[in-house]
Amino acid sequence: MNGVVLLILTVGLGIIAWASTRMHALGFRRRSGSRTSSLPHHYGWYVALWTAVPPLIFLAIWAATSPALVTDMVLQAPAAVQLPPPGFERAAILSEARALAAGQAHGAFHALSRTLAPAYDAAQTRIDWIATAIVLLLALAGGAYAYLHVRPEFSARTRIERVVLGLLLGASLIAILTTAGIVASLLYEAGRFFSVVPVTDFLFGTHWSPQSIDPRNPGASLGAVPLFWGTFFIGAVIAMAVAIPFGLMSAIYLTQYAAPRARRIMKPVLEVLAGIPTVVYGYFAALTVAPAVRQFAVAIGIEWASSESALAAGLVMGVMIIPFVSSMADDSLAAVPNSMRDGSLAMGATPSETITRVMLPAALPGVVGGVLLAVSRAIGETMIVVMAASGVATLTANPFASTTTVTRQIVDLLTGEAEFDSPKTLAAFALGLTLFLITLLLNIVALNVVKRYRETYE
Amino acid sequence: MNKPPSQPPAMGWNSPAMARRLRRRYAAERRFRRLGAAAVALSAAFLAFLLITMLAQGLRGFTETRVAMPVNLAAAELPIEPARLKGRGADLALAGAGLEDAVESAATTAFGPMGTDLLSPGAWIVVRDAIKADPGLLRRTDCFELPIASRYDVAAKGVGTPEAERVVAQLQARGVLSTGWDMGFLRDADATDPTRVGIWGAAKGSLLTMLVTLALAFPIGVLAALYLEEYAPKNRWTDMIEVSINNLAAVPSIIFGLLGLAVFLGSFGLPRSAPLVGGLTLALMTMPVIVIAGRNAIKAVPPSIRDAALAVGASRVQVIFHHVLPLALPGILTGTIIGMARALGETAPLLMIGMRAFIAAPPRGLTDPATVLPVQIFLWSDQVDRGFIEKTSAAIIVLLVFLLAMNGLAIYLRNRFETRW
Repeated sequence: MNGVVLLILTVGLGIIAWASTRMHALGFRRRSGSRTSSLPHHYGWYVALWTAVPPLIFLAIWAATSPALVTDMVLQAPAAVQLPPPGFERAAILSEARALAAGQAHGAFHALSRTLAPAYDAAQTRIDWIATAIVLLLALAGGAYAYLHVRPEFSARTRIERVVLGLLLGASLIAILTTAGIVASLLYEAGRFFSVVPVTDFLFGTHWSPQSIDPRNPGASLGAVPLFWGTFFIGAVIAMAVAIPFGLMSAIYLTQYAAPRARRIMKPVLEVLAGIPTVVYGYFAALTVAPAVRQFAVAIGIEWASSESALAAGLVMGVMIIPFVSSMADDSLAAVPNSMRDGSLAMGATPSETITRVMLPAALPGVVGGVLLAVSRAIGETMIVVMAASGVATLTANPFASTTTVTRQIVDLLTGEAEFDSPKTLAAFALGLTLFLITLLLNIVALNVVKRYRETYE
Repeated sequence: MNKPPSQPPAMGWNSPAMARRLRRRYAAERRFRRLGAAAVALSAAFLAFLLITMLAQGLRGFTETRVAMPVNLAAAELPIEPARLKGRGADLALAGAGLEDAVESAATTAFGPMGTDLLSPGAWIVVRDAIKADPGLLRRTDCFELPIASRYDVAAKGVGTPEAERVVAQLQARGVLSTGWDMGFLRDADATDPTRVGIWGAAKGSLLTMLVTLALAFPIGVLAALYLEEYAPKNRWTDMIEVSINNLAAVPSIIFGLLGLAVFLGSFGLPRSAPLVGGLTLALMTMPVIVIAGRNAIKAVPPSIRDAALAVGASRVQVIFHHVLPLALPGILTGTIIGMARALGETAPLLMIGMRAFIAAPPRGLTDPATVLPVQIFLWSDQVDRGFIEKTSAAIIVLLVFLLAMNGLAIYLRNRFETRW
């Protein structure tokens, strides 16, 4: 019997345990006529968990260890003496024999695997029977132990509820585990990178060309300053130059001026802009915006303009961020007390004077926080720059020249055919760590600004 | 004129200076207002421009141009026994008998020198399937409508090279060209030739990936939200959980790809390019979104309901699972669908775990190599062949239709089931 059958068997036993215990509990509840401490299905769950959980834990461990056990048993077989010493050939023969025994393959390249196949078959059968016996034993023992506890005065409910509470706690710990996993994996791989390349070379070096790494001095061509500059230039300068005015003015118009009807229609339209996948924006940037930007540049006399310009990627990224800035500004403006606006209007100020001189200054911390969050989104954005920006790192402030970003380089470094341990692939994790830390910092600062701002008006 | 200096200038409502100032202020007001309207209109115009561009290019990708031509299979005398045309060996038998060459030469016979390269590499497969349906075709001449090669296909749609357009014009003059739906696009997987590519392989990969994501992120997200709202004591652990969930929601998606690469592929040794790994990675990304939406929905359930249930003797767990969760479920589902829609459009983390490989067959299981819709779009957008432009846009339309449907469902759920207490 294989793992899936055992799994179904275990679950089936659990269901039987649940149903029979529930019947039993219903019975003694009716007979005694008094109230039991728990409902019948609580007893059912109690016994079912005791029946099914120990075999499930066993099966999980079993799934990880049984292939090695089977191989060990095969190596004891007389035919295994002819096996070549450990290495690629030996592994190939063993896996062929396993495929033959499982019936997945019909022919074999190595003759020896044919003779080993019966041994594999026998070992697998024996191991499977052992597993079946252990599963049945665990299920019956657990079930019997729990079933003997089922009495009217036994409180199964508290036990079940304790399990549920454990489950809830466990689920919320996954978030911590994920964060820890991110930090640990980035730190570990970046640590290996920094053991080869000095941190200072990486953080302050101005030359980035991972295609031509000198093995004696890898740090010389892995200076990330051009990437940091490119990321900042595209994400925080060009994209924000589009997103902040458009987002802010849209929010002001929709909250302060637009008729309710127009607002009801236009707000979802802006939200659609946020729901479009980034790969679509990237395709649009590469296919439509980038050539247009280049033509424009050539028309105004910049002959050497790149078709992978920072401007094209930044513009499209800015458009993508508009709804984000707009909704943050919307929230901040809504948090400004109405009395301030009404006071200003009552003094005779026009609505635009009220907005620019009273409401915006009051909402400024919230808006700034929102912009910081938007910047953090923009510099972490990947697909637009992968498809529309360049892969060549240059230090330039010309929007028509080509620049590259951290995210683009991570993708380029990790999708090549390089081995996993080279400084080239490890550099991607170092870049990832930098990106993670910067976005984390931006988020924490922004959330604190927004939070403190909300508190002033509450 | 000698005005007394004690009187401040132009304070009267009727003075011309005041009127001028008012006019200026009102003009500024109108300018500001128009600026706002322009910002909204431009954003909407960009959206419309993007959608119209995609539609204009993409709708062509759903059609193919076919040429009607006679194929004399009797004259080709394919060496094949009728018995082998039954069952599973038929494809191999027909390919081995040289059907592809027979169809090629039929095109040259029909159209002369321009017949070479005229047909799509997949044209003979149409003939093959017809023969499988009716073996009698092998003994007679019949007229087939066969898809033409990509360069002539795009020329027929008006965006080809001049020489291809000349050939197409000649064919059109003979009245043999027709246009029809490219059913293969909805049925096949990736291919090297744009006339033979299909979206189904990527769509199935997306489906499997989303199933894994939903199966993991939804229960974990809901349980975590319940814990944080209903149970969590105010202590350092709870603060840590909250901080990490809020931060995870803002971490760039590519970082999750690095995590998946290092942990799921590196440490656990799971297979590359598999929907299982993609689903796991996206689940970690989607979970915080579900937790945040779930907490808001649970918070919106009024305390009076909990108190009433507790007062009649329900336990905490019963209160949560019998009352709070069912009432919060529409809100949680809305958040879940929005999170899933985001995961469906996500590309970068999946590139990291190797889902960018060329996969010519739809995946059959969770551990088969697969690709997903957005990655397929990315892969096709990299192709130089002009025929891929319309296929990329067509794939984008398919993806946008899915996203639109999901968001529509979320809005429907919100409007239909949301209760204001």
